[in-house]
Amino acid sequence: MSSILGNGNGHGARSSGNGGPRAPVYPLFTSPPPPVDQVAVEERAASLAKRSIKKATKVAGLRLAIRMMDLTTLEGKDTAGKVRALCNKAMLPLDKDPSIGPCAAICVYPNLVPTAKQALAGSGVKVASVATAFPSGQSPLSVKLEDTRRAVDLGADEIDMVIDRGAMLAGDYAKVYDEIAATKEASGAAHLKVILETGELGSYDVVRRASEIAIAAGGDFIKTSTGKIQPAATPPVTLVMLEAIRDHFYATGRKIGMKPAGGVRTAKQALHYLVLVKETLGDAWLTPDLFRFGASALLNDVLMQLEKERTGNYQAGEDFSKD
Amino acid sequence: MSNEIIKPAKSMTSAAAKDTSPALDFGHAWDYAPAPEATDHVKIQPRYELFIGGKWRAPKSGKYFQTISPSTEQVLSEVAEGNAADVDLAVRAARQAYDKVWSKMKPAERAKYIFRISRAIQEKARELAIVESMDGGKPIKESRDVDVPLAAAHFFYHAGWADKLDYAFHGRRHRALGVAGQIIPWNFPLLMAAWKIAPALACGNTVVLKPAETTPLTALLLAQIFEEAELPAGVVNIVTGAGETGAAVAGHPDVNKVAFTGSTGVGKRIQRALAGSNKRLTLELGGKAANIVFADAPLDQAIEGIVNGIYFNQGHVCCAGSRLLVEESVHDIVVKKLRDRLQTLRLGDPLDKNTDVGAINSKMQLDKIKQLVEAGEHEGAQRYSAPCAIPQKGYWFPPTFFTGVSQSSRIAREEIFGPVLTVLTFRTPDEAIEKANNTMYGLSAGIWTDKGAKIFWMATRLQAGVVWGNTYNKFDPSSPFGGYKESGFGREGGRQGLSAYVELE
Repeated sequence: MSSILGNGNGHGARSSGNGGPRAPVYPLFTSPPPPVDQVAVEERAASLAKRSIKKATKVAGLRLAIRMMDLTTLEGKDTAGKVRALCNKAMLPLDKDPSIGPCAAICVYPNLVPTAKQALAGSGVKVASVATAFPSGQSPLSVKLEDTRRAVDLGADEIDMVIDRGAMLAGDYAKVYDEIAATKEASGAAHLKVILETGELGSYDVVRRASEIAIAAGGDFIKTSTGKIQPAATPPVTLVMLEAIRDHFYATGRKIGMKPAGGVRTAKQALHYLVLVKETLGDAWLTPDLFRFGASALLNDVLMQLEKERTGNYQAGEDFSKD
Repeated sequence: MSNEIIKPAKSMTSAAAKDTSPALDFGHAWDYAPAPEATDHVKIQPRYELFIGGKWRAPKSGKYFQTISPSTEQVLSEVAEGNAADVDLAVRAARQAYDKVWSKMKPAERAKYIFRISRAIQEKARELAIVESMDGGKPIKESRDVDVPLAAAHFFYHAGWADKLDYAFHGRRHRALGVAGQIIPWNFPLLMAAWKIAPALACGNTVVLKPAETTPLTALLLAQIFEEAELPAGVVNIVTGAGETGAAVAGHPDVNKVAFTGSTGVGKRIQRALAGSNKRLTLELGGKAANIVFADAPLDQAIEGIVNGIYFNQGHVCCAGSRLLVEESVHDIVVKKLRDRLQTLRLGDPLDKNTDVGAINSKMQLDKIKQLVEAGEHEGAQRYSAPCAIPQKGYWFPPTFFTGVSQSSRIAREEIFGPVLTVLTFRTPDEAIEKANNTMYGLSAGIWTDKGAKIFWMATRLQAGVVWGNTYNKFDPSSPFGGYKESGFGREGGRQGLSAYVELE
């Protein structure tokens, strides 16, 4: 691991697990990130919700949203049968219109990666696996890294890791950074999405700092939430993260992806998020390569809206498969 | 027209010259389809008469003038032009209503009328917003979300004061003044009418109001609301017309109080005309406000504040943050972010719900903006204008800012009253104060910093009637508004605003 703040500069020794207790240091992560004004950022996010998205714009946005979806099931009661059904839905979201979809990925626990991989073979739909002792991340680093390697070995194309929120709130930013960097290394060729669990971070300033750490440590995507904590994704928290991505792009030219997850349930909300992306980062981010929705209930509402635009009438909920 | 103009820099060391950082692309990957507000239920009469003594009267002048939509140049209606005789009738009606009805009414009864007006504005909010956008060119999202709700809020707020005035002046006895002559501008036509009429009525005065000649329609719709609310005849009279009509209102010997919002030039003329009379006067005039951004500010939110400060209502705002004072160490990044933000501003049809920047209010105002922008270019400042398409018909000016501006430049000193920002730098808080106060105006200012103590330190030193901290262009009926120096005197709104409409004993 070579990094601006990894081992060797006095900040990261303990967290990598290869040294004794570290001398107390000023909680420093490069320079402090720019402050975020809570009132103003919420006002901006709310003002973008007022964009009127109608007709062709609506249809194009909803079709794009489906291609950006990571269809997710993360439950103790998940079975191979449930995951196979979800995979079929991801590949062909609406049987009567094969031009819709496919979704970007299926997101599951590591044990279900092989099932998903097999079901999705040849479809282009990716398999994302949560790892690093999801959702709390409260396990030793060695366990988290082993979790990650296993998920990759089982065939995961993408790894959705969680950060150590305890370390983040305690000011041990180097530990947060080092764990992400180590997980990136363990992920190998798999894309790494870094879940900040913004609902536990308490303020936009901490979200901004965590975003910068995740980006600097090698995350390909930053993601709001596990879906297990409320609040999950919100428009303002997403805006704060998009602004961190924008500043990183200005500084380096590197494009980091964004994934709001949890709490996005309606087509209208999805369009609002697309407006946030369009007006913050521009055209280049309007692609599944750089923007994803982590959702389970969203897809059917989007399909219902698309069918309404096509036929002029709302269809019954029963017209859409519940998987 | 796509007029992205970045003049080649001579002595420029700013962002444009050395910026090689990656650029965002705000293109057409997902364009918004037009989303026009429906207008079919809105009725604009082909002709409006004067509203005097509770009746619609043809003008003694026999003259009418056209009011057009600045976004389409189409004639919307023709409106009576009141002359001195018409104004005299209106003042007589107001005097009679004051003597016979309004001054004798219990304050709690006055409150009911004012409250009823507020409710009627809310009920007709959509119609009022649409007409405001058609007549004045401002985006529908602004008339819908700012102008009309705030107008209703001003009546609502002052309805509450009407029977509580005994508590407004620290125990001093108060008395209504009589007839108030009020002259309002074209930038917030309905809202300015509300700002003027609501406190006057709450304090027990009657009113003769003269709306601006380019935007008379919503004041006339408000007159219809007064009729429906059964406001006693003559309590509010609306006399449309241009400068001469306004001069007749201000100069009428039986007017006890004159309230004027508009340009500093006209304000000075009114003050001269009233010298030696015993008329009370409040003036709310021009501005050239400093919006001050420190390096420790929440920059992304500050960018929104800068945009809202100067491009809100096409910059037709007397308290607009038209001078950006930015700490030198963050000048380049602020300019870069601002330029990217301008790409996403949507200029066009004021009735489209996605329009951010509407039409310039009149050809005259557009010419003035163009002339000052030319002066800025001539003086060597670097101009950047948003690359937005300009409609064929109507009066338009793209959101624009100048860098490399000196404090002595015309565009840094004169009020442009358009979507044109000048960017200046400072190094220390003292320098920011000195530059911010180095103007003949003193209406408003903005401060952007993450340090609360710095906001207060700055606010006490800024010569401005309104100082916003980490926000801009926020209005509330409970908050007094008004200027220092050549921005005028007197306050509108809040408890302080009431004192302009009472005699204290």
